[in-house]
Amino acid sequence: MITLTHYLVLSGILFSIGLVGVMKRKNLLMLFFSTEILLNAVNIGFAAVAHYYGDLTGQIFAFFIIAVAASEVAVGLGLLVLWYKKTGSTDLDTLNMMKG
Amino acid sequence: MFEVIAFYTFSILTIIMFGIVVFSKNALYAMSALAGGMIFIAGFFFLLEAEFLGVVQIIVYSGAIMALYAFGMMFFDTTRDVKENIHYKKVLYSLSIISAVLIVVILSAPIYSANIEAFYPSVMEGVGNTQMVGLVLFTKYLIPFELAAVMLLAAMISGILLVSKRMDINLTEEEHDEVEGEIV
Amino acid sequence: MEKYLYIALFAPLAGSIITAFFAQFPKTLFTGIFTSALIFISFISSMILLNYVDVGTIVHVEMMDWISAGNLSVPFGFVVDQVSVIMMVTVTLVSTIVHIYSIGYMDHDASFNRFFSWLSAFVFSMMILVMSDNFVGLFIGWEGVGLCSWGLIGFWYKKHSASWAANEAFIMNRIADLGMLMGLFLIYWNIGSLQYDVVFAQIVNLDINIVTWIGIFLFIGAMGKSAQFPLHTWLADAMEGPTPVSALIHAATMVTAGVYLVIRCGEIYALIPEVGMFIASLGAFVAVFAASMALVNRDLKRIIAYSTLSQLGYMFVAAGLGAYWIALFHLMTHAFFKSLLFLGAGNVMHAMNDELDIKKMGGLYKAMRPTAILMSIASVALAGIYPLAGFFSKDKILEVAFNDGSYFLWFALFIGAGLTAFYSFRLVMLVFFGEKVHEKLGFHPHEAQPFVIYALIPLAALAIVAGFFEHSFHEFTTQLLVDYEFTLDHSIALVLIFATSAIALSGIAFAVYKYKRGGFSEKIEQWGVYKLLSNQYYIPKLYEEGIMKPFTTLSRFAWKSVDVRIVDATVDMIASVIYGTGQKARKVHGGNLSSMLRWMVVGVIVLLALAIFYRPMV
Repeated sequence: MITLTHYLVLSGILFSIGLVGVMKRKNLLMLFFSTEILLNAVNIGFAAVAHYYGDLTGQIFAFFIIAVAASEVAVGLGLLVLWYKKTGSTDLDTLNMMKG
Repeated sequence: MFEVIAFYTFSILTIIMFGIVVFSKNALYAMSALAGGMIFIAGFFFLLEAEFLGVVQIIVYSGAIMALYAFGMMFFDTTRDVKENIHYKKVLYSLSIISAVLIVVILSAPIYSANIEAFYPSVMEGVGNTQMVGLVLFTKYLIPFELAAVMLLAAMISGILLVSKRMDINLTEEEHDEVEGEIV
Repeated sequence: MEKYLYIALFAPLAGSIITAFFAQFPKTLFTGIFTSALIFISFISSMILLNYVDVGTIVHVEMMDWISAGNLSVPFGFVVDQVSVIMMVTVTLVSTIVHIYSIGYMDHDASFNRFFSWLSAFVFSMMILVMSDNFVGLFIGWEGVGLCSWGLIGFWYKKHSASWAANEAFIMNRIADLGMLMGLFLIYWNIGSLQYDVVFAQIVNLDINIVTWIGIFLFIGAMGKSAQFPLHTWLADAMEGPTPVSALIHAATMVTAGVYLVIRCGEIYALIPEVGMFIASLGAFVAVFAASMALVNRDLKRIIAYSTLSQLGYMFVAAGLGAYWIALFHLMTHAFFKSLLFLGAGNVMHAMNDELDIKKMGGLYKAMRPTAILMSIASVALAGIYPLAGFFSKDKILEVAFNDGSYFLWFALFIGAGLTAFYSFRLVMLVFFGEKVHEKLGFHPHEAQPFVIYALIPLAALAIVAGFFEHSFHEFTTQLLVDYEFTLDHSIALVLIFATSAIALSGIAFAVYKYKRGGFSEKIEQWGVYKLLSNQYYIPKLYEEGIMKPFTTLSRFAWKSVDVRIVDATVDMIASVIYGTGQKARKVHGGNLSSMLRWMVVGVIVLLALAIFYRPMV
């Protein structure tokens, strides 16, 4: 039988994979991908909780997370494109104007 | 039974896909794997009887967002393998392992369980998931809904502004030849 | 009647504070006149109170509660009884005259206003000292006069020697004050109160050892203030201050505070006659000791300073042997003629452009007749010749010594009287009569302004007639003080009087005779005794080598090795640790997004760990 714990553990594993990606990736675009993974992991968790407790709140929350992710991608990609046009590389290490 | 098989299948596939996203050197592969992972996540939603959410996931995530990423890829040189040199490998790996272990430990331990009540019950006789979602969304969660709409509008406008050029020229009101001559 | 008390007490304070606002401005005559007027008002109030105080009618006010902590209750209280009213009148009278004199003396000084502010502040502190009704108020006045004395001795602070002398005076006073504080602690610890009436009523119930220790400690405090041996070197050096300061502080008022303390605590000392004998012996020793140093000194003001020291010794002999009213009487008469002497010396200094060496003066009589006459009157009074004031008081002291059976003390005082007469007239002869040495050295002396001379005349008058008040003084003060029983036969007393007068007159005659003939030869300065005396028995040198140098070394060690190395290093270390930590923590903010993301994950891990291991509920 699949219990809530299974889903939550799955969600946790996916979240960790996302964390690893966030830490590891130097290419900005790849960084965005890892962020998407994080969000999706959390969505699974919310939906699972909603299912096992019979409450719709989790699903509604997942909706809003999807909406937020969409707008975030839009704005983030826009900025990324601008940065690429300006500096010609998408390497994370070039992004160090906030040093110190 | 069916549920168990489906769960394990989807979970293994999702983990493999997201693994490719994180560890691959080729951007194109990573993007494709991400799209695939999204679809499998939608599968999970269907498994959890959140049909509306699953459909939305496919349309928005795998459809719109991945399309956005695909367009974004146009700007970059995708044939090149991304070179990444990581300075502190050991730190990285230790951090990841620790965080993974902690999360799994937390989530697998039985924690709160006793006094959770459902505020907005999802099961009503004869009513499907979509209708229930609609009911709750437009009554209890109306304000967040409106706010989300505003946020999407803002994101759209900012997206346009960020990458457009020549915003000062109004193309529809000018003469055709002038516009012709000035297009760079 | 209380309002007279408050007027007498606070008029000098008002003068001081108001004048203090003018301190940075150049001379404004207003300050001198204003402060003198206020002190004069204080004097009038004191006289009114003198008239009023009688048996059973003393003025006792409690102004306000000051310390009220647990069992200790020390109010600001003032009492005007027989002893304090005599002191008040003496202090305010001499202060008024000194203020008026200073208007003339400090005429050309740039810090004219500051001088009067300090001077009035001093009078205020002295008034608190004598008018207080508890030991703590006395101590406050004690410290106040010490402070104002420091400010006035070091008045010309730009002169190194003046600052040094001021510090010496203050530090020596402070050392003695430690003794006095021990005495106060013992009193409080055993009796539980510091009010005079309570203490004196209960002192008889204490163990005699404790009373002895209290007496000794209080006397140590008096020793510092009244410059008894071995804390005497500051008085001669205090002559660095302006002459009115010497006249007021080091002749009439501050140095008598120690005697006042012993007189006030007469009921304590009456219980411990051994300590009294010690006080008297020390006083007699100082009397002869100081007189011997005055014999050979060439500095005008120092001779008078040593004579003050000598007379203080006399007062302590009287107080030590239990004749408190006689000590008070001598205190009063001494104040008059000694301040007159100092002020006259100030006139001479002014005329001679602040020259102090009496061997460079001579024959000033013609140029400064009024001053010469005044100083001669003062010297005769000092020498103790009938009918001037000094005779009555000094003679009584000698009678007391003889009466007590301490013939050795009597003999010492007897010799002291002769020495006093000699050096006083040595001074007068060398300054005013004899060969006009100053003309060869180019001085052009002139008399002081008339109003200054007029101010000095009341002092001279009192120096002449004050002796005749002896009887009423006796009756007045013994209403409060313990009386002294004379068991001498009247004829013996007469013999003593004759002997004393004889030695005084012979001292005067010898001085006049010798110095009319041109004084002693130069060869006398080669004698060992002469050298010993003129170097003040090498005591200052002893203090410098034995105490000051080791102490300076110790201070330097404490500064360099302890303070700098340990304390400063600790503070610096704290600062550098914080700074260093900041420098290292700065690296977190490297600007690299990757590293920042990693730090984020570290934060997440910390939170997760807290969530597991530190769960406040469930």
